[in-house]
Parts: sequence; structure tokens; C-alpha cells
Amino acid sequence: MNPGDLKGTMVGVPAPLVDGPEKVTGRAKYTADMPAKDALVGRILLSPIAHGRILSIDTRAAAALPGVAAVITGEDCGIPFGVLPTVHDEFALARDKVRFRGEPVAAVAAVDDATAEAALKLIRVSYEELPAYFDATSATAPGAVLIHDDKPNNVVREVHFDLGETAAGLAAADLVLERSYKFAEVNHAFMEPNAALAEYDPQRDTLCLHTTTQVPYYVHLTVAKCMGMDPSQVRVVKPFLGGGFGGRGDTFHFDIVACVLARKVGGAVRIVQTREEVFLVHRGRPYTEIKLTLGMTRAGKLTACHCQALQLGGAYTSYGIVTLLYVGSLLYGIYDIPAVKYDGKRVFTNLPAAGGQRGHGTVDARAAFESLLDEMASELGLDPFAVRRANLLPTIPCTTAYGQKVMSYGLAECLDKVERASGWRERKDKMPKGRGLGMACSHYVCGTTTPVHWTGEPHATVILKLDFDGIVTILTGAADIGQGSTTMAAQVVGEVLGLDWDRIRIITADSMLTPKDNGSFSSRVTFQVGNAALQAATELKTILVRAAAKRLNCQAEQVECLGESFRVQGSEKPGLSFKDAVAEALVDTGTLTIKGTFTSPVEFRGDKKIKGSAIGASMGFSYAAHVAETSVDEVTGNISVEKIWVAVDVGRALNPLAVEGQIQGAVWMGVGQALCEETVYRDGLMMHGNLLEYRVPTFMDSPEIEVHIVESIDPNGPFGAKEASECPLAGAIAAVMNAVAQATGVRPRELPMTPDRVFALIDSREVA
Amino acid sequence: MKSILSLKVNGRSRTDLVPDNMLLVDYLREMVGLTGVKSGCDGGECGACTVLVDSEPRLSCSTLVHQIAGKHVETIEGMTRGGRMDELQTAFHKKLGTQCGFCTPGMIMAAEGLLRRNQQPSREEIKEALAGNLCRCTGYVKIIESVEAAAKACSAAGAQ
Repeated sequence: MNPGDLKGTMVGVPAPLVDGPEKVTGRAKYTADMPAKDALVGRILLSPIAHGRILSIDTRAAAALPGVAAVITGEDCGIPFGVLPTVHDEFALARDKVRFRGEPVAAVAAVDDATAEAALKLIRVSYEELPAYFDATSATAPGAVLIHDDKPNNVVREVHFDLGETAAGLAAADLVLERSYKFAEVNHAFMEPNAALAEYDPQRDTLCLHTTTQVPYYVHLTVAKCMGMDPSQVRVVKPFLGGGFGGRGDTFHFDIVACVLARKVGGAVRIVQTREEVFLVHRGRPYTEIKLTLGMTRAGKLTACHCQALQLGGAYTSYGIVTLLYVGSLLYGIYDIPAVKYDGKRVFTNLPAAGGQRGHGTVDARAAFESLLDEMASELGLDPFAVRRANLLPTIPCTTAYGQKVMSYGLAECLDKVERASGWRERKDKMPKGRGLGMACSHYVCGTTTPVHWTGEPHATVILKLDFDGIVTILTGAADIGQGSTTMAAQVVGEVLGLDWDRIRIITADSMLTPKDNGSFSSRVTFQVGNAALQAATELKTILVRAAAKRLNCQAEQVECLGESFRVQGSEKPGLSFKDAVAEALVDTGTLTIKGTFTSPVEFRGDKKIKGSAIGASMGFSYAAHVAETSVDEVTGNISVEKIWVAVDVGRALNPLAVEGQIQGAVWMGVGQALCEETVYRDGLMMHGNLLEYRVPTFMDSPEIEVHIVESIDPNGPFGAKEASECPLAGAIAAVMNAVAQATGVRPRELPMTPDRVFALIDSREVA
Repeated sequence: MKSILSLKVNGRSRTDLVPDNMLLVDYLREMVGLTGVKSGCDGGECGACTVLVDSEPRLSCSTLVHQIAGKHVETIEGMTRGGRMDELQTAFHKKLGTQCGFCTPGMIMAAEGLLRRNQQPSREEIKEALAGNLCRCTGYVKIIESVEAAAKACSAAGAQ
């Protein structure tokens, strides 16, 4: 199938979500809604100290409380886990040591919430406190107590590369600027609190887990391992899920605790977390310091880049090294830079673990980069659009010095679109006092070509079933987390086969029914699962066309598909109905099941000679350009983002409505990170553990977002499609930063730009 | 302690023996089985649990169910007409006012409360009425468009 085969009956058409009616009528069942009348309530006791040895845990009084069915501790959770196969440093309940305030220590299953709560209060834990570290300086100071015994200096990892002549590039530049930026840690704050329902069958020794995850396959592997069970004894189901944004890309303690408790009671246990507990699970974008040096010629051409990144990883590794590698790898792939040096470091602290969040790893570095480009353009008297244009990748396809292959590149068109739509040229230099226009760009991968659990299997598998009733059932493990992947798969299959919506059913993310899928991360699903669906549908079409040819007494090549009917090309006769073609196709074979797979070829998996280049390697990159208009009230310190214009190269918009929605959501999340979102801890105590303290923008603080879609038609994407939901985030942050710089006359370098930071910024201008 | 409670839920009268300290959200989800009512926070932060009490939007997570004895509670499940989506539900579906869907029931109920007192709200009025409802997926853009579309559809239906 090549892009030319697109008829546009389903693909390219704005389509509401196939599961939309369930969502708007309240029929959609999320994990906490799953019927399980007899399920016991699971609750988890959290550590009140940030770092210490567990000397003893006395659970006798809790276990003796009427209504308590089970009490467990780290003794019952002896198998470590972690999302990276190479780093299993977590236990579902702490053993020997706690490493952050809020770490799970013990758990109970009881008849109701009040009894479970009362039981937790009866558990006596005695600790020997250790020094705790909440910043990089103290964590890595000589003599600091190790948070993990096998990690010297409390360093998670360091990453270094130097590709090209960075020193010479900087020396040859007409302008070199070095700037430091601080980005607060942020959290996904998805709307549905974490929940897990574990049902253990003692007769069969099997376990069924419904959970709030975007990686059901990882959860399946991890739960089986931690329970000492074979994966064949486990079933994992992802029901409707209230958002993910990367925050549900790990297996979590509550998944395993629910399973351990369920096995212990010989039945069902449900854990539903409070919002405070959700914030403690965390896995958000880490606090990051970026020190960036760029060299530029007078004409605005970049000569070299040196990026130093420091991340605070929290108490456990989670995606650790992967996040750190993404920072460096995605310095590439958007502009042509002759030389790049990267020094990244991630440090353990006694805080909840950071993880992956929308735009994984790249966001803060990109925001810093785009801010510095803007500053340098200004120093050189160049237009910021002109500077981006001067540094576009010169030829496509191309291979970056980091080994990434860029096969389609619509950034130039994105720039043109937002420049025009925002009235940049006419308005930029005429902004009234306190108002600014800023622009920026960003990009992101379309699916990692090396998932963390590498098995050698295809990157995606989809199964289609066609039976006597004429229904095409799509079976996919792809986890719809609200981004619309279920609708995407239906559109691809429907487009290829020329089907109407009501002929398609789709079953997702249930390990008992659906083929394995790696999960919803790195914006892989449209590209990889979409391609697997495309292959399966194409094969099914071949079978139907062959069957139709037999009935129509012609060659398969002569058969023309007209939606749900087939006829001999050029014939005036009514032809064959879909129903009759299906009946013919089932003769002798019965129910048809077709498997489609997609594998990213090895040349897209990074350059073996460059260590770490598997991260940031992808078959496609999507691109975005933004203009933000902001006003700054110097009396209140409030920044208001009035409007954002954004153009995104999504390859092809399989569903323009969903693509717009994804882009708006990403841009808005960037605005939140720019203006108001941050986690705050005092001596390790979480100060932001609710949705009032952790401020996400409300209706009243949210800008108008005007979306322009650019279609570069990627040669490898399904119908040319790429991702739409991660790349527009970082650029939104930087565009707002650059607009604020114009509005105030000073460059913000610390995020979020809360009123106190805005006052500091204005003060720094007055001092200068 | 438990007491007898009588009220109307989605048009039907009910009488239950209900704990005195039970929250409306728990009553609706656990006793009535209306799991379309969502709980997204630890109390009054997110708006996901919004229902109508005598046509006024109310946070069911911050309301003791005995406080509304004798009143009429409406949830997302009560919005369909003969099993079909009403104008707001249709608009949220067609205009993609819903992505993950978790905030959607509360969002639609808050919007329903608005449209009952103001059939033609301005954009600013929509934003104000929904400001207590958080959504993390949409950036609110398509939610506003959905409410506008529903208001338009309602007034078109009313004119006929």
C-alpha cells in the first residue's frame, strides 16, 4: 500500500472517537468502575521519613482488627522490579530501607475503606533515620550516604558524547552565548487517579489484573515476575483509561501490592489511590538544569552546540538513562548543526522518582535551545524565523551525525504557516507595552525502534477476524489512553477495506484476547500499530478480492472495490455485495483471521558505533512551529497567554479532528509548564499533592490555540502519517518564554514563570 | 449510624438506608451503581464528580447525601433520552470535547447546569461556568466548541 492508494473514505476524514458514545454517556468503565462486588479494599502505608533503615514492622494489631483480611510488608514482596530490564531497583513495599517520604511500606486488605484506614494506623514501624538529600549538590557531596549501595556518589548515570568539532565550531562563530536554565519538575496530573483490581483464583492459581496503565504488556511481565508466576497464569486488562501522558509507562507498586494481597486473601482486592498518593507515585518530568552554549555566524547559521544537563531523578531509576539519553539525541533531527557536545548527568535524591512525560527527555533542553536561539537572533539583529530557516536540514532524506534517519521534514512549511497566520511580520515590532510575540520550534520521534523490552518480535502486531456475520473485528493490544488509538486502527482498516463504521468492531488491551503490544509510549502507536493494521487489512482485502473474482468470473486484477461492494472494472452490472464476497471467502476456510505485523528495519535503529544512539532513533520525526502572544501584568506578576498559533507536520492527518485535539492538548500542557506547574517539596515533604496546589491551567487561564496541519507524507508512516501529540509541547513553552522576553525586555530562564519569578525577572531588569 | 433517605435520582424516586456520613459521590457510585460519576481528587479540586441537584451543578464529593434529601439528583446517566445522546453528549462526541473521557461526565453536567439557566451563553460565560472543572487532555478548546454547538442545537430544536 502506498500513499497514493488513499481513497479518503475513512482516513483523512475528521472522525469522532469510536468509543466516544461510552465516554459521553457515562457507560465507559474505568478501573475503579469495574464491577467486583466482593472485592476487598486495599490500602497502603507510606513512609513518613525521607531516608532511613526500617528496623522493625509490627503488624499484629492491624492483622487482629476485625474486618482485616491480610496485612503485608516488604517480606511479602521480595522480587525487585523496574521498567528497564537492566535496572530492577524497586520493591513493591520497601525492604530494609525507605528512600523517600511517601514510599510504600506495608499494605492491608479489609472489608471497607474505614477498616483498612484504621488498620494502617495500627501498624508500628520503627526507623533509623539517615541523612536525606533533595538537591544534586548535597546528594553528590563527598561522604554523602548512598541512597542505593551500588550507585557511587548517588549518580544514576552520566552520558557524554562529542560529535564533530565542537571547540572549533564555537571558536569560528561570530557570536557565542552560554546560558543556564532551570526547569521545575512537573507531573502528568492525568484526571483518573491510579487504580488496580486484582482477582486471584486459588483453584486455578491464576491472576487477573485490571489496572490504569499505558503499558499492559510491561505490567504483565512485571507482575508475573514479582508474583513468582508464569506469564501464562496472568491476565492483564486495561479498561478505559483517564489519561497517561507518560505517567503510566512503568509498572507500579500498587499493581503488585493488589496482586499480592489478592493471592493472600484468595480473592479480589481493589486499590484506588487518593490524588495525594498519585502525586507520590509521580514519574513526571524531572527537575532539570540546562547549561547551553551555542555558536552562530553573523548570518544566523549555527556552528556548534554544547549542552549540559542535570536531572534530579528521585529515589529510583525508572526510565533514568533513557530520559537522559533523549536529551542528547534530540538535539539532533530538527536543525543542521555541524557539531554537538552533550554532557548529561542524573542524580538520585530522596524524593519520588521521576520518569517519562510527554516529550520524554527532550522538552526542557528544546525549550532552552529555542530560547537561546531567540536571544542570539536578537543580538545579531536577525528575525527569529530567519534564524530557523538558516538552520533547516539541507536535504531530505538525511542521516544525522547521531545516526537518525529523517525521511520527511515539513518544518519549513510549519514556519511559513505560523508566520502568516499570526501576522508576525506586521505585528512583531508593533506590540504595545507589556505584550509580546514569541516563536519557537520543536520535534519528536514517531516511535522508538528499540523498545526497552527487546525480544526480536515485530514492533507491532494486529489481528483481524472476519466471520459469517460480515463483521471485521480488529484485535490489538494497543492501549488507548485517550489519544484515540482505537479509532486510528479502525480508520486504517476501514479505509483499506472500504468499510462503513458499523462493520468494524475493535477489541483492545486484554492479554487474554488481543495480541501483545508494547504500549503507548514514544508516540509509537499510530506509526507502528497503524502500519501493522494496514498490512493486515491489505492482506484481508486481497482475500476478499480473490473471492469476489471467483464469483464474478474474472481475474482478481479486474475487480474494483466500491466501498462495500465489488464489481468487474468497467462493468455496468451491480456486482457483488460485501456479504456475498465474505460468504465466498469463507468457503472451505471458515472464519478468517489475518495477522499484520510491522517491524522497523535495522537501519532505523541507530548507529551501532555511537553508544546510546538506539534512544532517539525512529522511523519518523514530526515537527512543529509556534507563535505565542502573551501579556505581562507587571503589577500582579501575572502572565496571560492570549493565543498560540501552531503548525505541526504530522505526515498525514489520519484523523484531522483527533490530530487537532492532540496538538491543542500538547500546546496547552506546554503552557502549563511555562506558567504555573511545578512540584514543591520541603525537606522531602510533598507540598503540591492536590490539584489546587499543583496548578494546571483552568478554562480561565487557557489560551486560544489555532492549529494548522502540515502533511509531509512520510514514506514509511501508515498513509504517510507521523505522530501529533508530543512534538508540539516543547515549542509552546519556548514560544511563551520568548514572548515574555519581548513583553518585559528580560529573558526568563527559570520555569514556571509564576508571579514571584516574574517579579524577580523585572527586578533584574531594573538592576541592569 | 444509618438513616432512611428519600430522594429522586435521574427522575426515579428512591428510599435507602444510608450511613449518615456518606458522601453523595459514594452513594451514587456504590449504592445506586452510577459509575458515570467520577472521583478525580481528594475533594473539590477537579470537578469530575459534578452532578445536578435540582438543576444546580454541585460537587458530589463535597456533599453529604443526607443534605439533599427530597431533592432531585441528575447524573450523566440521566442525560440520554430513550437511550440516545442529548445535544450536549452529541456535541462532546462529535466535536471531540472528550479525549480520555474521565472529566467528561462532570464537564457535561456543569455545562448542562449552565444551559438550563442560560440558553445562549457567551464564550466567556462558558469558561466561567466550567472553570471548576479540570481537563488534562483537550486544552479546553474543543470543550468550549462542544458547549457552543450544543447551545446552538438546543436553540434550533427549541425554535422548531
